[in-house]
Amino acid sequence: MFLINCPFCGERDQSEFSSGGEAHIVRPKQPTELSDDEWAEYLFMRKNIKGIQFERWNHVHGCRKWFNVVRDTSNDKILSVYKMGEKPPVNYK
Amino acid sequence: MPNYRIHKTEYIDETKRVSFKYDGKTYFGYEGDTLASALLANGIHLVARSFKYHRPRGIVSCGAEEPNAICQIGSKKDLTEPNVRATELELYEGLEASSQNCWPNVKFDIGGINNFISPLIPAGFYYKTFMWPKSFWKKVYEPLIRLSAGLGKSPTEPDPDIYDHKHVHYDVLVIGGGVSGIISAKMAAKNNLKTLLVDDKKTLGGSTIYQNNESVKIDDKLSSEWLKNEIQEIKKLSNLTIKTRTSIAAYHGYNFLLAKENLTDHLPEEKKRNKIRQRLWKIRAKKVVIATGSIERPLVFNNNDRPGILLSNSINKYLDYYGVTCGENIILFTNNDSAYETSISLHKKGIKNLIVDLRKSATSELIKQAESLGIKIYFNHVVTNTFGYRKINSLEIMKLSEDGNTTVGDKIKLSCDCLGMSGGWTPMVHMHTQSGGKLNFRDDDQVFLPKENSEDQISVGSCNGDFDLENVIDKTVNKINKFLDIDNQDYQDTNIICSKENDKRNIWLLPNKIPLGKTKCFIDFQNDSTAKDIKLALKEGFRSIEHVKRYTTTGMATDQGKLSNMHALGIIADTAGVKMGSLGTTTFRPPFTPLTFGTLVGRNVGKFFEVVRKTSIHEWHVENNAEFENVGQWKRPWYYPKNGENMHDAVQRESKAARESSGILDASTLGKIDIQGTDASEFLNRVYTNAWSKLAIGKCRYGLMLNEDGMVYDDGVTTRISENHYLMTTTTGGAANVLSKLEDYLQTEWPELDVYLTSVTDHYSTASICGPNSKKILNKLFPNLDLSDENFPHMSFKEAKLENINCRIMRISFTGELSYEINIESKYGHSLWKMCIEAGKEFNLTPYGTETMHLLRAEKGFIIVGQDTDGTMTPSDLQMDWIVSKKKYDFIGKRSLYRSDTIREDRKQLVGLLTDDPKEILEEGAQIVSDVKSKPIDMLGHVTSSYFSPNLNKSIALAVVRSGKTIKGQKLIIPMEHKNINVTVSDTIFFDRENKRLNA
Repeated sequence: MFLINCPFCGERDQSEFSSGGEAHIVRPKQPTELSDDEWAEYLFMRKNIKGIQFERWNHVHGCRKWFNVVRDTSNDKILSVYKMGEKPPVNYK
Repeated sequence: MPNYRIHKTEYIDETKRVSFKYDGKTYFGYEGDTLASALLANGIHLVARSFKYHRPRGIVSCGAEEPNAICQIGSKKDLTEPNVRATELELYEGLEASSQNCWPNVKFDIGGINNFISPLIPAGFYYKTFMWPKSFWKKVYEPLIRLSAGLGKSPTEPDPDIYDHKHVHYDVLVIGGGVSGIISAKMAAKNNLKTLLVDDKKTLGGSTIYQNNESVKIDDKLSSEWLKNEIQEIKKLSNLTIKTRTSIAAYHGYNFLLAKENLTDHLPEEKKRNKIRQRLWKIRAKKVVIATGSIERPLVFNNNDRPGILLSNSINKYLDYYGVTCGENIILFTNNDSAYETSISLHKKGIKNLIVDLRKSATSELIKQAESLGIKIYFNHVVTNTFGYRKINSLEIMKLSEDGNTTVGDKIKLSCDCLGMSGGWTPMVHMHTQSGGKLNFRDDDQVFLPKENSEDQISVGSCNGDFDLENVIDKTVNKINKFLDIDNQDYQDTNIICSKENDKRNIWLLPNKIPLGKTKCFIDFQNDSTAKDIKLALKEGFRSIEHVKRYTTTGMATDQGKLSNMHALGIIADTAGVKMGSLGTTTFRPPFTPLTFGTLVGRNVGKFFEVVRKTSIHEWHVENNAEFENVGQWKRPWYYPKNGENMHDAVQRESKAARESSGILDASTLGKIDIQGTDASEFLNRVYTNAWSKLAIGKCRYGLMLNEDGMVYDDGVTTRISENHYLMTTTTGGAANVLSKLEDYLQTEWPELDVYLTSVTDHYSTASICGPNSKKILNKLFPNLDLSDENFPHMSFKEAKLENINCRIMRISFTGELSYEINIESKYGHSLWKMCIEAGKEFNLTPYGTETMHLLRAEKGFIIVGQDTDGTMTPSDLQMDWIVSKKKYDFIGKRSLYRSDTIREDRKQLVGLLTDDPKEILEEGAQIVSDVKSKPIDMLGHVTSSYFSPNLNKSIALAVVRSGKTIKGQKLIIPMEHKNINVTVSDTIFFDRENKRLNA
């Protein structure tokens, strides 16, 4: 059970949050211009990394804010937490 | 009655005699006993029949690792509990326990015949045997196997006990109250760290607390005396919480642990009553010290499972802690020094004993002590067989060959009434591995040890492979100082003297002249797997420990292989010729010892199982005899039976009334989201499939919301209240998810939009009045409101006052009738409803529930998201192409609507179905086919909604059918269990196609 440091509320139990999958997948600005394959890439394809992964989390039973998390999925360590719109920390790329 | 209680100890209160029943017979023990120690004091070893062969089995251990002495407690249907370890159950007045897995009783058990046919029941017996004929499985094999399988009996009635949950936060959690745990807790607490120490036993001190060998001294005191002093000291520490009878069940990531505290299991019946039985502690600790100790290993030789064969250290504990001897003529069979402690203890109490030692020789202080006391030691010998049916009465030993692979010389037969075995010690690394830690293998004494200690977790004491007391104390002190970053000097000058083990020799499967196939060398006592089974599995090609485990069921019983896993691994390694460390272990999974469901759910039972949401009008529904339906967490009136009506009759009456005169529905549960901001219109354009910019203020519009994959997600009517202010309604069940989804897009994809969302579902109550007379009722309630079609047309909104209270009235319809939804602040909901009922009396205003609502909308072919859709339906599949804007550049899901898969013409599409027999009502969920003769039958779709329409006087249904749009008029078949129902594909709208009634 993770302890997640919500950038708005501070450290809270995982049960207050919901996970929103991989982060930094930007919705295409002009979906109609895309081929089926390109749209499917946006819609379905996720990396599911063993190792350092960038994820979206929502403090759904708290401030209801979405934010980003850098997590090492091999040991579940959360390495960094940052707000939506902020640049991802470069040292984990 | 024999009495094996031979001396007094401070842990047994001989002034408090306790009577208990075992297998129907009354016995006596004392306060402080466990069920196991009390049984042994009465000379009872035979307590169980083994799982597969029904062999007589006795108590083996004194703790959580016990494989045999598991019993059924109590006999009440609601309170009986199976699989309780007698070694852990504290004795109390009136305790009733019985043995399991035997019939008619433990002494004479019919299933014992399995022991004689055991050559016919090898590993994988069930997999191999019950395969043919295939048809026998369901009717013959499975019922028979189920009859003879399983250990105890589950209670058949709800658990009346009270359970509790508690959340706590600590700087340091110490697991285990043995010598290393006590030192750790003291060091932490004295350095101002808020510390919790838990131990599963009633008293602290682990195995050192009853240690009384003169060769082990701390500061010139017996180690047990020294430790008692330490315990007195830590009890004074103000920031140390000590919880005994508390065992850690699970160690999850981020130092989140679950512990079970036993509060009343040791109390007599009348003292248990109305008290919390067990409490689940949910612990968050900044740092965790694991001091869980180690478990003694059995030895694997022929017939090593007879009653009277125990672990050597358990014999020692029964003697020195409980004052009970397990026999009068005891043999100890060992490969290490610890059995010598038991031997010397027994000798001091005058119990005859001798030692059989695998090792060629040994030279430590303990051995010298035993030798000087004149205790007979057979070095380089091995037990090859044991005798005695209900209890061991003798055994044979033989000399080991030089390489230890075989036996040499003559058999020596020795009589005994008890055998203690010690195959060394297995560190309890369960907690370390549960938390994600890895293991190393130490070849020297063949143990798996915690590989690395992280900054928030450490293992100390014998669970870390530190066995002798000097090693334990020194290393614990050093490691804790470093781990907690403190400089505690308390143990700087502690002087420890103890015997050091110098000689080691281990053989996982002991040699024997008898061929292995004819021996019974048990590895897993509870699941009855033997060394032979492991070898067979290897011979049949199994290599992975995980596969061998499942094939032979070794380690899969309720004790989770605490005694057996290491031997299974050792034998596999030896047989396959690989290094044991390279095999790895099976995964240790929580819980460490079984938990009751009651502890896990705590108070969340009965009415607290789930949150219940009620509308402000709920009490009226109850008073008026409503039957309720659960919709998400909401309780919604389902129908209102009158004069003993059944559901069908009530729904027919309600539906007719709604169309012929008027009906009223509590629509308060519909999700309501208040949307404000300068970009609100643009936002709606993006989330709904249709266009919103041109919706005039005061008008309402129906919208369909998709997921990005193009599938219908939710629907509802949204009203434009002012320029930048909308009120969105969602389905009852979808409200929370829709809000979350909208917030997600606003916060992450479109943060530039000026839009604010507020859930107002609970803030407004809604009464929906429909039917040809609804306008007259509205007129009585709101005499000043112009209800003319010109002023207040269909799909529009007005604000009006009911007395002084503001109401929002939408003229919208889900039934196809002229219809008004009156929204009022929730606190006035109940009054509003009663006023509506009063005003509607002269028009037979009939309250109707969700079932009638569903029927009425089905007559009109309106979908219910989640009933007629299932996350795979596009608007086009629903024949709702009209609601998808062609002009809008983008909205959620638009691009997916012309993916190659979503434009397939043979997708399942929504259709109407009419049964050839108009009285026949289809079952929702029933499959639809066109041909019942070809096999396999081609499934075309299924029925999603089905009702008998009183207004059409026939059965109607909605269904999703392959290529449904193109097969109107076609005949299809609904195959049911006893008949085939013929249907014709129809339009989805059954009633008032021209929508004349909306303005009636």
